[in-house]
Amino acid sequence: MTDPALIPPQRHEVAEERRTASPPAEPRVRRRFADRDDLLAWVFLLPSVAYIVALVAIPFFLAIAFSFSDVTAGDPSFDWAGLRNYQDIFDDPVFWRSLRNTIVFTVVSMLLIVVLGKVLANILIADFRGKWLVRFLVLLPWTTPVALSTIAWLWLLDSVFSPIDWVLRELGAIDTNMYWLGKPDLAIGSVILVHVWRLVPLSAVILMAGLVAIPKDVQEAASVDGAGFWRRMFEITIPLTMPVIAVAALFGAILTFTDMAVVYVLTRGGPTNSTQVLASWAFFRGIEGGDVGQGAAVALFLFPLLLAAAIAILRAVRRMDVS
Amino acid sequence: MSGIDVLRRRARRRHVASRVLVYLLAILAALGAAGPFVWAGITAFKENRDLYRRSNNPFLFNLTPTSEHVDYLFSSTEFPTFVWNTVWVGLLVTAITLGLGLPAAYSLARLDRPWSGPMAIAIFFVYLVPPTLLFLSLSRVVVAAGLQDSTWSLVLVYPTITIPVSVWLLIGFLRSIPKDIEEQAMVDGYSRLGAFVRTVVPLMFPGVVAVVVFAFTLTASEFIYALAFVSPSAEKPISTGVPTALVRGDVFFWQSLQAATILIAVPIALIFNLFLERFIAGFTMGAVKG
Repeated sequence: MTDPALIPPQRHEVAEERRTASPPAEPRVRRRFADRDDLLAWVFLLPSVAYIVALVAIPFFLAIAFSFSDVTAGDPSFDWAGLRNYQDIFDDPVFWRSLRNTIVFTVVSMLLIVVLGKVLANILIADFRGKWLVRFLVLLPWTTPVALSTIAWLWLLDSVFSPIDWVLRELGAIDTNMYWLGKPDLAIGSVILVHVWRLVPLSAVILMAGLVAIPKDVQEAASVDGAGFWRRMFEITIPLTMPVIAVAALFGAILTFTDMAVVYVLTRGGPTNSTQVLASWAFFRGIEGGDVGQGAAVALFLFPLLLAAAIAILRAVRRMDVS
Repeated sequence: MSGIDVLRRRARRRHVASRVLVYLLAILAALGAAGPFVWAGITAFKENRDLYRRSNNPFLFNLTPTSEHVDYLFSSTEFPTFVWNTVWVGLLVTAITLGLGLPAAYSLARLDRPWSGPMAIAIFFVYLVPPTLLFLSLSRVVVAAGLQDSTWSLVLVYPTITIPVSVWLLIGFLRSIPKDIEEQAMVDGYSRLGAFVRTVVPLMFPGVVAVVVFAFTLTASEFIYALAFVSPSAEKPISTGVPTALVRGDVFFWQSLQAATILIAVPIALIFNLFLERFIAGFTMGAVKG
């Protein structure tokens, strides 16, 4: 990583150039622009900040403004509507259902993603033949665009032709099909399954990073002292990789929380809104239903929840860093 | 039999058992992750009469395989256009992300300003503002910029997703590079800017790779903005183009859909795997110290 070969040859050339260009006796005076850290700091940061302000901050406040307005697709003019949109969504049972589903999906998926990701990471750092092929296959769910992999699942969970049902039928476990996406409980399970399937590889990669970073001698010393696999796992590996585990959990949570592609493609929120999440409900209200104000009000609920979760996790990471 | 022999045999037996377990788990994991794709691959070459019979074994070809549905994908849909749109948008967004993100990360990680810490956290929190919250107002911005229904609208908005994560990853990565390197370069006569360009940027290569891979994957996978901003099919990326071309009302062209999924999934996963080690290296720095 540190490649000293990159530095020395250039160093001398430029040092010579400088000597001819500026009076040698002068001490390092901070006068050139390229040497002024305070200015440089702003110049380096400004493009990103300007971009983020223009395309995140302003739209964000615009979204808040929309949520207090009566803007619709048919009537894009802005009129103050006060708290009416919020009143409407609070009165709507679908909103509460979406809120609950969002939380349930996120918490359950996150737990499964971290646990399975941990197992997968341990497998992937072990040495075995064909490791490259296994890694390639295991990463497919994460690298495939979510809309496409979810379509593959849509067909896999088809009410008539699902191969899962076919296997269960052949085994004699069921007589009629399961209707994975047609019954509320099964549909909820299916959405969680697809989220977990899709995000476990990412969490495994993140956790591999943590495992690789543990110094080998710590493990060896414990092994010599007679600590078995599980003992090492729970007393050394997991505590040492806790910050990385928290990051994997954070990514798993964010990507489940804010995603609507899985729900949109798989169930469109159905059957009867039993798998509706805030993100998809905001989309159906705001874009397909044309009620921009209500859509924005629904979507805004994503933010405080997300913020709270992120702060909690980042705090946990920081506390562990200090100790 | 001596005690040593017994111990040795026990150790060997344990070794064999653990090898078997590793292979077993590896195969299970591969099947669990890639199973849907394998089955999608089989489906792609099935005839309709084979596919739509409940009693047919879905894992086998009960009739002769056919490539007509793959042909259909290339001849009768705009699949190559979708792929091309995704590729150039992805590459351009990645370039913009690096161009803006690398200096920003350097500024936050190295040029100790009093606001560096809070600013770094603020930028990471931008990542938490979900597309689902912004697409309603961003669609106004896109219209105002005259980019509605153009792939360029995606180039405009995708960096909102990629810049915050990338800056965060790069900050962590910069912290792993010893400060002495630039300080030495500066003592030797470089300016701060020169030291950054000549010594830090080359050393950042693994982190840059991590960002490229991550940004491209995020961009290729994005769905909501593509769905909300772009409706002419020739301007769509794969994630919205493929479904609209191959789902007509209630009719799904399953074989062609599955063929498209495989054709997209395999190259991206191959590229990702090429850079996996570097990605992991980059991520540790970003994750643990960020």
